Amino acid sequence: MAEMTRLGEIVARYTGRGRDALLPVLWEVQREAGFVDAETALSVSRTLHVPIADIYGVIGFYSLFSDEPEGETVIHVCTDPSCGLAGVDSVLDGLCAQLGVRPGETTADGRYTIKRSTCLGLCEHAPAALVCRRGEGEHSHAPVTDSETLLNGSRPARAAVVGGDWHVFFPGVEPNHTESLAQYGDYAALRHALLALTPEQVSAEVEAAGLVGRGGAGFPTGMKWRFTRGAGGQPHYAVCNADESEPGTFKDRVLMEHRPHLLLEGLLLCAYAIQARYAFVFIRGEYPEAAAIMETAIREAQSAGLLGERIMGTDFSCSVEIRRGGGAYICGEETALFEAIEGKRGFPRIKPPYPTTHGLFDRPTSINNVETLCAVPAIISNGAGWFRQWGTEKSTGTKLVSVSGHVRRPGVYEISFGLTLRELLEGHCAGFVGEPQAVLTGGAAGTFLRADEIDVPLTFEGLQAAGTTLGSGAVMVFNTEVDLRDVLRRLGHFFAHESCGKCFPCQLGTRRQMEILDRLAQPLPGDAERLRDIGLTMSEASLCGLGQTAAAAVLSALRKWPALFAAGS
Amino acid sequence: MSDASEMITLTIDGQQVAVAAGTTILEAARSVGIDVPVICYHEATTANGLCRVCVVDADGGRLLQPACIVPCRAGMVVETRNERVERSRRTILEMLNSAVNLAEAPAIQALLDDYGAQPDRFPAAEKRDHALIDDNPFYVRDYSQCVLCWRCVQVCAEDAQYTYALTLDHRGFETHVSTAFGVPMLDSSCVFCGQCVSVCPTGALKPKIEFGLEQGWTLEQIWENTRFLKKNRRKSG
Ligand SMILES: Cc1cc2nc3c(=O)[nH]c(=O)nc-3n(C[C@H](O)[C@H](O)[C@H](O)COP(=O)(O)O)c2cc1C
Ligand code: SF4
Ligand code: SF4
Ligand code: FES
Repeated sequence: MAEMTRLGEIVARYTGRGRDALLPVLWEVQREAGFVDAETALSVSRTLHVPIADIYGVIGFYSLFSDEPEGETVIHVCTDPSCGLAGVDSVLDGLCAQLGVRPGETTADGRYTIKRSTCLGLCEHAPAALVCRRGEGEHSHAPVTDSETLLNGSRPARAAVVGGDWHVFFPGVEPNHTESLAQYGDYAALRHALLALTPEQVSAEVEAAGLVGRGGAGFPTGMKWRFTRGAGGQPHYAVCNADESEPGTFKDRVLMEHRPHLLLEGLLLCAYAIQARYAFVFIRGEYPEAAAIMETAIREAQSAGLLGERIMGTDFSCSVEIRRGGGAYICGEETALFEAIEGKRGFPRIKPPYPTTHGLFDRPTSINNVETLCAVPAIISNGAGWFRQWGTEKSTGTKLVSVSGHVRRPGVYEISFGLTLRELLEGHCAGFVGEPQAVLTGGAAGTFLRADEIDVPLTFEGLQAAGTTLGSGAVMVFNTEVDLRDVLRRLGHFFAHESCGKCFPCQLGTRRQMEILDRLAQPLPGDAERLRDIGLTMSEASLCGLGQTAAAAVLSALRKWPALFAAGS
Repeated sequence: MSDASEMITLTIDGQQVAVAAGTTILEAARSVGIDVPVICYHEATTANGLCRVCVVDADGGRLLQPACIVPCRAGMVVETRNERVERSRRTILEMLNSAVNLAEAPAIQALLDDYGAQPDRFPAAEKRDHALIDDNPFYVRDYSQCVLCWRCVQVCAEDAQYTYALTLDHRGFETHVSTAFGVPMLDSSCVFCGQCVSVCPTGALKPKIEFGLEQGWTLEQIWENTRFLKKNRRKSG
């Protein structure tokens, strides 16, 4: 009964809000009660004026929400490739044996539920877990060394590993703490822009710098801002895509955890350039620490007059709100992310129309990756030419890559575009663990390179010429001890778990692909041909980028290592 | 955006076609008698480009284009049935057949034949099995026959009825149509308008009378099982 009152109080606080408050209220209820019951969902329905069926559909869409009671503590254990290499299977087995459950089950005493999870973005500290404690909240736990520390709720410290050439993102020393506003200093680039530059000049400088999006699609950032500013219909929105869920990618988490004000300043510069009154940061639900740090940073900036009404005494006003995802990789796709903020199932929309004219709430919107926005303050302070001193004509400046797997020093590296993959791995990452066999670039949506193909320069154009992609900047290294079929199997599970189910090729294809990858050790005759047909169909006929890349790694492995797919090998 | 009254010309399967700007590739093809297959598309519902059996090759682009939603562009060269198109359509149909009971979907059966889809292309594939739901006097629901065209959900919501009794639960392959918290239809906001039943392209939604006849019910049994008031009265007293 007391619980019902607490839930009632939570929902009551949302009186007067609209559908876009659905994710926040569901998060609060889920955290308080461990699930969302029908009665509370009905009061949410009445409060926000959203049909109850729609609320149920939203709960069912996201991995971190439940419509039935689970254990007091729910532990999500990552079983994707990097954690797989770090021995997560035996960790999970040990945990389950100790508790007497299988993955997906709850202990008889109701204390623990153990679940498999897709990549948690903690690959440099693998193996990783996310711990959700009823009535308390969520925290990440990595590396998972033993069941005991995981179960007793302790939080191992994880020191950032950031290396490379620090120019744009990590000037100065290796970050080992969260930078406060006092340490970050004034938002000097924003101040300069608001006092001395027009919105046009801001986007023109970013365009001149040649900055292209770092979220994977590689669209020129300044051009996006110019289009958005010019689009009719108010208000405009600036959105930061911090959904970072591509397996093997963790650079955005490291940026948010260590340099939250750099991101806020970049986001406000974007908002100024596109003349947005409102900004959102959409952070994946599996990043509780980053979300808390960003909340604190917003409060600090607000009290210092750096965001909110009449920023720095000028006419420019912009609020920044955080939205936490509910656990769905697809919500990193920009239009699915808008749907999620709007309180709907995270289905990608059909494009065109594009976000620059019809984005969040159907209004002109610029959506940018965390890293993209973090590059902007330095460009505005130092100029386009300064940024262009690194990199190539087409890939300007520096780039963050997330390296995991069989290297001596996994972590985030800031590199000048043009460095070769070998230089990154043998130099910055201190070399391989064991004999390298394959490198997967671009995450689960990327493609494999053989160990003899790693002299390729890390540029958008260089990797494209090599038939692969930089994507989100994920680099996963596998040595010769690894059975690549195991890696493929994990990738297959990832996509089958994360397909939104909207379009048939991917909804069906990711499942059929997973089933075949599960039996690679003993394939049925014709399986390679089946994988090829599924893969090409998903690549060519799917609605969004998820399905279009869900077979990329498999198709590249089919080309490079056909023997992996042959019976009896 | 181009002016809707403006006429544009494109080539479909080698044929010059003139259409008003904004016309979809599907409409343009149909206007000259070229048949493009569809599953999810329905004149009365918002097209969402779900099934993708309508994909065509436009200008040899990397991606095939869903004809039901993509508007024609001037000078576009469309091939509605080349090798790439056939592979995608056939594979989608084979995968659909491996997941869903299509026994009562004759139009899709005809497509399987037309595209030479092998019925057993995906051995050891998990089917989407669901028990038949018989929870109201008007219709039964057998979601093992559901292809997820979304039409029922759409007509129940903004496409017609604004009743919002239905939603989609879970995601990916596990997606299925459901009421809120899976309650029986009588406990949902359903007003039994029957629009969902009328747009369902498979045997997933079926009038109770038709279902009763198939089961060999007597007239008396049909009468017993399909009367709303009578059943309710009995429940309350
Ligand atoms: C399945 C899928 C997942 C994506 N996930 C992310 C993500 O987590 N973060 C991100 O910035 N972009 C992601 N993107 C790309 C976004 O759609 C979009 O291109 C990007 O946010 C634009 O920002 P940028 O121009 O700064 O890269 C994803 C795309 C797809 C298709
Ligand atoms: S490609 Fe996959 S993720 Fe994208 S819309 Fe289709 S089913 Fe959803
Ligand atoms: S029940 Fe029928 S109308 Fe509804 S989604 Fe399934 S196949 Fe389509
Ligand atoms: S008919 Fe075009 S996608 Fe289904």
